[in-house]
Amino acid sequence: MKEILSGNEAVARGAYESGVKVASAYPGTPSTEILQNLAKYEGVYAEWAPNEKVAFEVGIGASMAGVRALVAMKHVGLNVAADPFMTFAYTGVNAGFLLACADDPGMHSSQNEQDNRFFARFAMVPLFEPSDSQEAKDMVRIALEVSEEYDTPSMLRLTTRVSHAKGIVRLGKPVDVASRAFARDRKKFVMIPAYARIRHPLVLERVNKLKALSERTPLNRIEWGKTSVGIITSGVSYLYAKEVLPEASFLKLGMTFPLPERKIRRFASRVKRVIVIEELEPFLEEQIRAMGISVEGKEYFPRIDEFSPDIVEDGLIKAKVIRKPRVSKSHLQVPQTASLPRPPVMCAGCPHRSLFYALNQLKGLVLSDIGCYTLSVLPPLEAIDSCICMGASISMAHGVAKAIEKAKLDEKRPVFAAIGDSTFLHSGVTSLMDVAYNKGNVKVVILDNRTTGMTGGQDHPGTGRTLQGEETNQVDIQKLAESLGITRVRVVDPYDLNGTIQTLKEEVAFQGPSVIITNRPCMMLLKFDPSLVHRVDPELCEGCGTCLRLGCPAIVPGEKIPPKKEGGKVRYKAEIDPTLCRGCTVCEQVCKQGAISKAQA
Amino acid sequence: MSKCASKGPSPRPKLEATHPGGGEMRGGKDYVTNVLVVGVGGQGVILASDILSEVAMRSGLDVKKSEVHGMAQRGGIVTSHVRFGKKVNSPLIPKGGAHLLLSFELAEAVRWIGFLAPGGKAIVNVQKVVPPIVSTGVASYPEDAEHILRNMVQGPILVNGLEIAEELGNPRLVNTILLGVTSRLLALPEKIWRKVVEERVPRAFKELNLRAFDRGRSLL
Repeated sequence: MKEILSGNEAVARGAYESGVKVASAYPGTPSTEILQNLAKYEGVYAEWAPNEKVAFEVGIGASMAGVRALVAMKHVGLNVAADPFMTFAYTGVNAGFLLACADDPGMHSSQNEQDNRFFARFAMVPLFEPSDSQEAKDMVRIALEVSEEYDTPSMLRLTTRVSHAKGIVRLGKPVDVASRAFARDRKKFVMIPAYARIRHPLVLERVNKLKALSERTPLNRIEWGKTSVGIITSGVSYLYAKEVLPEASFLKLGMTFPLPERKIRRFASRVKRVIVIEELEPFLEEQIRAMGISVEGKEYFPRIDEFSPDIVEDGLIKAKVIRKPRVSKSHLQVPQTASLPRPPVMCAGCPHRSLFYALNQLKGLVLSDIGCYTLSVLPPLEAIDSCICMGASISMAHGVAKAIEKAKLDEKRPVFAAIGDSTFLHSGVTSLMDVAYNKGNVKVVILDNRTTGMTGGQDHPGTGRTLQGEETNQVDIQKLAESLGITRVRVVDPYDLNGTIQTLKEEVAFQGPSVIITNRPCMMLLKFDPSLVHRVDPELCEGCGTCLRLGCPAIVPGEKIPPKKEGGKVRYKAEIDPTLCRGCTVCEQVCKQGAISKAQA
Repeated sequence: MSKCASKGPSPRPKLEATHPGGGEMRGGKDYVTNVLVVGVGGQGVILASDILSEVAMRSGLDVKKSEVHGMAQRGGIVTSHVRFGKKVNSPLIPKGGAHLLLSFELAEAVRWIGFLAPGGKAIVNVQKVVPPIVSTGVASYPEDAEHILRNMVQGPILVNGLEIAEELGNPRLVNTILLGVTSRLLALPEKIWRKVVEERVPRAFKELNLRAFDRGRSLL
């Protein structure tokens, strides 16, 4: 059986075929689909955890209990899970444990493009880098076997172009892996200093054994071609390089920590020059150079952004390996004027839009967080001042407010934090605890849209549904905030613009911490209701553009209004696209002419 | 294939793009065909490219495809690279290497036209999706998009997908109509196309989609 699978689907399939029984993750592009697909297989327990640290620890527990476990996260998720990761690398496993971690070179949907291969080296655990879906599936099994044989967590490092690329995968039958008994081995799993001191040398010893494995594994293979150039590469870069320079000799590394030093030496000694082609950091290059082997690499290939066949080709031209591009890129030059910017926007009817419109009226400092609402930084809203990492909004706002207070700064603007429900439950709760505990003066807006929106709508502990869609306990965010010590918790309907502004004003007037929860669900969760669609009355519309400045994709400029006087500004009457309008009524509320109303009377 | 083609109103135009030299794309029957599918989030680019990939696989070819998820869902630019042939390495098409550009939106066709190989074909749905950035006056929609296309590509295939879809009774058929047109340009068996389209659309709309597919095929 063959199927076309994405890298993420292939990881899920590989986990199923390798007898993984427990999997946990927090959604994050480009890793999200791993768990969504794993949840479909019978006999696998898969869950959304509130954050990556929790997910990681659930996996450790399952491994200790004696069944194979997989945890999945995006690159920055591992920053959150770094704490258990670094020490689990000491204890080692009982049953196999695999961390599937997806980097996002080029930052398609991320706040940075850190190269997580360093994490494997940091923790001293074996690292596997698939190039395509078939390899992704195969490496899951190998990595789990290595995990058990070498008593170590294994790490599978994916990137956007592996996770979201699709290729043909041969499906296999799931193997029956016998469960082990719970590992009661206190010197191994109870990391008090005395026992951790016993484990650390074992970690170093393990790296040496893994080196020997790295030398003999077929995942690190030499493909001999012409010996004028030898390419050392891994991950998706291998495919680009193979496409651009198929005649070269290749050392294709599938296991990239620890590196096979002898194999690299042998390869390097047989070719005239060695060029390392790798996305992001010179992870392989620097280690190979440290072996005393002369290599070239980052002088030709960028350290930023993702690669493509074109970028690899450019690099090889710079390296004078090839003389000119295989295809002329100049035969079609698109005129600059023809390029239309199309930044991602909040959906029509998105409850975030009106909340930030309201916040803009209060002219505060807005420390924001990670989610769809981060799009409010773009015109026309331009409503937020920061976005660093999950949960940072509240703690940063607390820091801002304390700095203003303590240093008696001349800063009268109110301090807001804006954070989504999923992000709040991920890592905003402890920050809010800090605000309450340390008597902060922060106005925390929790945009509760009942889902994890940006990653496509995943459930979380506040939605009342599990990954499988079963009903479950639902965190009451209001009560949670109250129990943390926030005495003023207000719930607002963000579609009620004046009501929202009024509530925000009242809370700003209050000296002390407040929480304001918006209660409208994500539009993606709701069915389209044609009876709610609004329209603009062209008789009444004067083309003032106020509704257009909401940045709603359903409101478009329509009929031209000629300028009143010569050389004056051309204005456009607004029109509402009936296939997009969701009837949030916010445009109706901002229209001074009363030109907008429900289309169906 | 030849039997089916005879049903069409005109002889089947072949995709005669020059295959860029170098690597796996070199030579004879083993070359890799590159199709770039583009549009705007929510238009169904991903489903269309999934169907194309499946057809290629069932035709006995190796397939790779690549796209970006996440923020793209929010009205952003969506591209899907589909490559098929005897053996495919890179999941991304090199610039100047696409034999066929299938665009669901007019301005998007202009944006990605530079990916076309010399002599490559473009199938363009002339529908305009105007982003809010135009509504707020920050940018303007390239009014001469169609003109640019005609100047840059020899015989672009412009399709008013929405009009035909509405004629057939459902605006959501644009996708399938465009796939019908596409199927006429690619050397993949019509039988497999029909089977995959049938499998991938909601059961209740199977017949309607097959009609839309045939309608697309009849346009070339």
